[in-house]
Amino acid sequence: MGGKTLTAKERMAIPRAKMPEQNPAARAANFEEVPFGLTAEQAMLEAQRCISCRNMPCVAGCPVGVHIPEFIALVAEGKFAEAAREIKETNVLPAVCGRVCPQEIQCEEACTLWKRFGGVSIGALERFVADYERNNNLVKIPKKDSSTGKKVAVIGSGPSGLTVAGDLVLKGHEVTVYEALHEAGGVLIYGIPEFRLPKEIVKAEVGYMESLGVKFVMNVVVGLTMTIDELFDELGYDAVYIGVGAGLPRFMRIDGEDMNGVFSANEYLTRSNLMKGYLFPEYDSPLPPGRRVCVVGGGNVAMDSARTAKRLGADVTIVYRRAREQLPARSAEVHHAEEEGIEFKLLSNPVRLFGENGRVTGMECIRMELGEPDDSGRRRPIPIEGAFFKIECDQVIMAIGSGANPVLTKTMKDLELNRWGYIEVDENNRTSMPMVWAGGDIVTGAATVILAMGAGRIAANSMHAELMGLPQPGTEES
Amino acid sequence: MKGTIVINEQVVPNVRRLVLEAPAIARHAKPGQFVILIPDAEGERIPFTLSDWDASEGTITIFYLEAGVSTMKLSRLKPGEAVYTLVGPLGKPTEIEKVGTVLLGGGCYGLGGIYPLARAFKEQGNKVIALLEARTSYLIYNEDKIGEEADEVIIATADGSRGVRGHVWEAIKILEERGEKIDHAHFVGCTYMMMTSSRATEPAGIPTIVSLNSLMVDGTGMCGCCRVLVGGETKFACVDGPDFNGHLVDWDNVFARAGAYVGEENLAYQFHQSRADGAIKDDGCKNCGKEAI
Ligand SMILES: Cc1cc2nc3c(=O)[nH]c(=O)nc-3n(C[C@H](O)[C@H](O)[C@H](O)COP(=O)(O)OP(=O)(O)OC[C@H]3O[C@@H](n4cnc5c(N)ncnc54)[C@H](O)[C@@H]3O)c2cc1C
Ligand SMILES: Cc1cc2nc3c(=O)[nH]c(=O)nc-3n(C[C@H](O)[C@H](O)[C@H](O)COP(=O)(O)OP(=O)(O)OC[C@H]3O[C@@H](n4cnc5c(N)ncnc54)[C@H](O)[C@@H]3O)c2cc1C
Ligand code: FES
Repeated sequence: MGGKTLTAKERMAIPRAKMPEQNPAARAANFEEVPFGLTAEQAMLEAQRCISCRNMPCVAGCPVGVHIPEFIALVAEGKFAEAAREIKETNVLPAVCGRVCPQEIQCEEACTLWKRFGGVSIGALERFVADYERNNNLVKIPKKDSSTGKKVAVIGSGPSGLTVAGDLVLKGHEVTVYEALHEAGGVLIYGIPEFRLPKEIVKAEVGYMESLGVKFVMNVVVGLTMTIDELFDELGYDAVYIGVGAGLPRFMRIDGEDMNGVFSANEYLTRSNLMKGYLFPEYDSPLPPGRRVCVVGGGNVAMDSARTAKRLGADVTIVYRRAREQLPARSAEVHHAEEEGIEFKLLSNPVRLFGENGRVTGMECIRMELGEPDDSGRRRPIPIEGAFFKIECDQVIMAIGSGANPVLTKTMKDLELNRWGYIEVDENNRTSMPMVWAGGDIVTGAATVILAMGAGRIAANSMHAELMGLPQPGTEES
Repeated sequence: MKGTIVINEQVVPNVRRLVLEAPAIARHAKPGQFVILIPDAEGERIPFTLSDWDASEGTITIFYLEAGVSTMKLSRLKPGEAVYTLVGPLGKPTEIEKVGTVLLGGGCYGLGGIYPLARAFKEQGNKVIALLEARTSYLIYNEDKIGEEADEVIIATADGSRGVRGHVWEAIKILEERGEKIDHAHFVGCTYMMMTSSRATEPAGIPTIVSLNSLMVDGTGMCGCCRVLVGGETKFACVDGPDFNGHLVDWDNVFARAGAYVGEENLAYQFHQSRADGAIKDDGCKNCGKEAI
């Protein structure tokens, strides 16, 4: 089937590709990745579903404007590595984004085919070409601009910091990334589980950055191990980017939360992903399997926690205060969680935890109903008076969101923060301090990988302009 | 290289002194702060109090008790080898002011931990009384160094083989009986010692700080594993502490949370010892002789 000869009608007749995946029973007992990815034939066929519509709504739906029709056309021609390079023009982490972006509310939802036929599987294609390029050692080191002699420090090695580092090193600056933990990647390494984003991929991306010349210095908590002033005055950096994420776990402030067996999702997932607690005792950090685990929350973090607990052998219930349609997680994660046998207690909210000898044994919840829409436009959940019920459990994982971690920001007197502790920036991601930029979750609050990367890209362009004495992006002369 | 071992020696049975290369940490360390290290690639992140540092040499000193798998792994590392990772200094520094007479109580690793406090409180012009406790006389260490800073060093041993017979809280009673006016107290060591000592200073209303040692993972405020209840509020020991008002700490909660993984710790220890003698470890504090709680 030659790509060019098909009519739009024929293209629309091709059924949407389905990625082969591990069957639910098998995968609920292992930590290997769930979907296997498309085959080359599947990818080429899927690419032919793209009708190359003129207005390209998919590109508008992508927070960083990936050249979607162009890369899909390359896939249709079997030019997979070229397609990967096309994506990398705007998105330096396609293997990651293909796996974790909420495509169903971004590019794929915008696709002209979405309503009647299902959008082109842009995420699956993105993943396929990135994997193809990496697995076949076709990753090319792009040509770097000649050295500018400028030094940039990036604080935090999450997706936003990695984007800034990658962009600026290619523009000829000397870039060093400082990371508090012992491995680079931010949430990609400590939060998102192996079965959804294999750590090999994150390591390969970091390795790629290193091959571009980015220096990574682990185990440095900026603010404690060194100060921002030192970065400028003693280490001679010309500019600093802050991408420290929103890693402060929230608790519900209900009775019993301090008992053993109650975890923040951050702790639970860090023990599992970063510390390899699921391999205890080969690895030393314990992550004892629960029998009956309740996960509170309805986002990606809740799904990841629930599916991790399931893999450790527990019966898992997700407790969420709103209704099903309002679950903020990627739809694929909800679907996978259900397939794996995770129970959902919707319109339910914990009011108290109880336990014995300092260890949790259960949770009291109240049933909720939906009222008027709130600020977020979603109907507000309201407790139904007297509608209490109990769930027995031996572990509770709180996945109800996170806030701004003040460890760094509180050491920077001149840095303007908003009332929640997030950093204030302008449209070019400049902070109130000269030569300091910020982006990602520490500016927006917990958001997505792609938005963190988008912010990194904006900041990198602005930093480059400033360092080179060029007009700022968005100003008239630029 | 950062994390390279300079000295790793036993100072008294079961307590070892570890000197590590760590220039950036040595430069920024303040009394009351700690580091987190991982002994080897499969290891856990474990916190240790900074017990001394030398910015010009670029080294830090910690004292550790061989308590379980991580510290056992640590004890096997030789000079020239390096720990897998090392990060710090973490936690809020201790508030050091001139208050008058300061009582510093140390047990177990706290005999190391109170040394920087003694130095700093002395520098501020305080009278410093150091109380060192151990099960028996030969388990006392770091006495000379602390003696260089403190105005008075009092030894307490559980078996009475040296100094006061008993523990820190018994020694506090003796100080009170002799009419010593104490303006501030700070305790570092095992939880039981910190709790009983805090109780001893409470009736007289002596402002009391304890350096809590709750279980930790990241040590940067990201996970909440280290949470403790202080004055009815949940605090993260790694970033809000480790220093807290000893009279406001919910000790039952501290004890309960410290025991969260006792089963796993035993399992891990046996797993790693399986080729040796298969010994089952004691969960109490081996240095001061406290029973498992
Ligand atoms: C469990 C989980 C699942 C998720 N799933 C998805 C998903 O499916 N799709 C999606 O799009 N998004 C998902 N997200 C959200 C997404 O991961 C984040 O929005 C994104 O990682 C934010 O990137 P960042 O670079 O701003 O910060 P982070 O990824 O948080 O990285 C910040 C880094 O900075 C380091 N740091 C912090 N303080 C300091 C300091 N003082 N000095 C040095 N380093 C410091 C941290 O250790 C960390 O490594 C998920 C998040 C979680 C927690
Ligand atoms: C801020 C802070 C500072 C610390 N400073 C020091 C120090 O300077 N020297 C030192 O030896 N230890 C210190 N600790 C305690 C130290 O981290 C633990 O002893 C260590 O984690 C034991 O690891 P392990 O694998 O060898 O033993 P594990 O197998 O984890 O534990 C074995 C036994 O050790 C005891 N134990 C475990 N964790 C702790 C703990 N956090 N506090 C007290 N006892 C514990 C328990 O009885 C446990 O059953 C500190 C802890 C914190 C949080
Ligand atoms: S150890 Fe993770 S928040 Fe304190």
